[in-house]
Amino acid sequence: MMSVCVAGAGTIGSLLAGHLGRVTDVSVLVRREEHARALNRDGLRVSGRADFTARVTASTEPADLPVPDLVIVACKGSDLEGVAARLEGEFDGATVMTIQNGLGAEEVVAARGAWPLLSSVTFMSGTRHSDTHVEYILDTETWIGPNRGTTANDARLVADLLDTSGLKAQAFDDLRPAQWSKLVFNATVNGVAALTGLPHDPHFAGEPLGDLVHALVDEGKAAAAASGVELWEDPWEMNVLATQRGSAHSPSMLEDVRAQRPTEVELINGSLVRAAHAAGVPVPLQETIYALVRGKEAGYSA
Amino acid sequence: MRICVVGCGAVGSLFAANLAQLDDVEVWAYDASQAHVDAINANGLRLSGAGEVTGRLNATTDASALPPCDYGIVATKAMHTDAAIAATAHAFADGYVATVQNGLGNEQTLARHVERVIRGTTFPAGKILEPGHVQWDVKGDTTLGPYDERTPLEVVERLADACTRGGMPTKAVADARGPQWRKVIFNASTNPIGALTGLTHGRVCERPDLRALVGGLVDEGKAVAAAQDIVLDADPEDLIDHAAQKHVAYDHKASMLQDVEAKRQTEIDYLNGGIARFGREYGVPTPLNDAIWALVKGVEASW
Repeated sequence: MMSVCVAGAGTIGSLLAGHLGRVTDVSVLVRREEHARALNRDGLRVSGRADFTARVTASTEPADLPVPDLVIVACKGSDLEGVAARLEGEFDGATVMTIQNGLGAEEVVAARGAWPLLSSVTFMSGTRHSDTHVEYILDTETWIGPNRGTTANDARLVADLLDTSGLKAQAFDDLRPAQWSKLVFNATVNGVAALTGLPHDPHFAGEPLGDLVHALVDEGKAAAAASGVELWEDPWEMNVLATQRGSAHSPSMLEDVRAQRPTEVELINGSLVRAAHAAGVPVPLQETIYALVRGKEAGYSA
Repeated sequence: MRICVVGCGAVGSLFAANLAQLDDVEVWAYDASQAHVDAINANGLRLSGAGEVTGRLNATTDASALPPCDYGIVATKAMHTDAAIAATAHAFADGYVATVQNGLGNEQTLARHVERVIRGTTFPAGKILEPGHVQWDVKGDTTLGPYDERTPLEVVERLADACTRGGMPTKAVADARGPQWRKVIFNASTNPIGALTGLTHGRVCERPDLRALVGGLVDEGKAVAAAQDIVLDADPEDLIDHAAQKHVAYDHKASMLQDVEAKRQTEIDYLNGGIARFGREYGVPTPLNDAIWALVKGVEASW
């Protein structure tokens, strides 16, 4: 069985490490000593859609951890540069998989080492109750595709591992259509949620906010088409479906803004706007959201 | 001359207390706040700050107590116009009613309830410190003009003259839409950006991406004004850059930001919503104003 190191144990990292810890050897790279001690002592509890506690090995130093077959970089996009820098020169021989929102996480990691790379995006969600307890809330899929030096078969092996551990995963020959669908969805929904304070609720499909959401999605679709990407799913339909779930989800960018933390606006909205410009597609409304969220970050604790 | 100020908040109080200085003007004030009304009736209406003035006037929360008036000056927040004029219209059966409110559409609302309407735009500002006492923050000009042919310019000139003599410099012009649209475009292009980001006016303007957004909103507003043959009396761009200077209004928190922080309904429907409405009517697309309007409506819906 493929051994795994999860780098970054926020909500997504904890959900991955906890589930995978049931079926294979899992190590966790964290930032705080106290977090590492707690995980080594208590293991990692997953509640919600499952209820179990998995043993994991945790450290703040990559050199203290065994070299795994697979590294999943699961930190937030806003921490990616720092985590990628700590992996430099480590884990030779492992394959590294990114799972961040937006575009460009693979390039950030690629710049730090020659590892074979996999791309992924995830739709699962949870709530992190403590360093050693995460609640699994939305059991939606993680999508995996090949990147530098890997093949669709490598993606399939990782998807199978996630499935075996109790998560849901799907492998793609080319992740870009799925990645772009999520990019357009996130740039729109996360941005609008962060600016309005609304969780992802029926306002996003109604009047007048739904009109704006629709126009933002249309700009994103035009940028995708001009970038040669045929979207896997229609982001507008993803939006409508998600607002009909009943329990409104607070997108991470809204949570970040509420807590006055740096958001993933650069990897998400910034990537979309830059890709659109590179493709020569005007995206004035997406630029508006991007500028406003960046302005909101600049206004923290003002 | 008998004048009733309808909505005696900060701006209404500036008009009421100053007009009450004149021997030939009897001032009434209609306001929803019983505490404010009681304090005015007991001790007069006091202004301090940019000017020290105490005015003696008749204040009431009971619209049926108002006598017939020659003029009304409506100074409520835009979303309260309809209820305020519906309650007080009887006092203006033979009079003229001026709006000095923010935004677009207030004249139309007044005209549904009274015959003769005066369009107006005012720049002085202040805030209520306590019942009966208003801080006068900024002095400034007011411009008034007839709303339609039922209001002759001479009638507007009489009201402007009274305001000016009372200490509120006021001009009467044949077409007051220029100053009105200049102020609306300024407010619609800056206030909601402050409200959505939490940034002061100066900090919005020093971020190139946000300043570009402000410029895009201004351009749409100008196009909608031009489609109606409205000649702006100044370029909102110049006013925005002027206000962004350290010694002018760099640290100013837009009133809409204050509204959002206090979770009070904003005037977005009458600013960006108004520009978008006129844009649709005149066939001018306003995608940025539409977007900003929808975002602030979303903020209001989140409370």
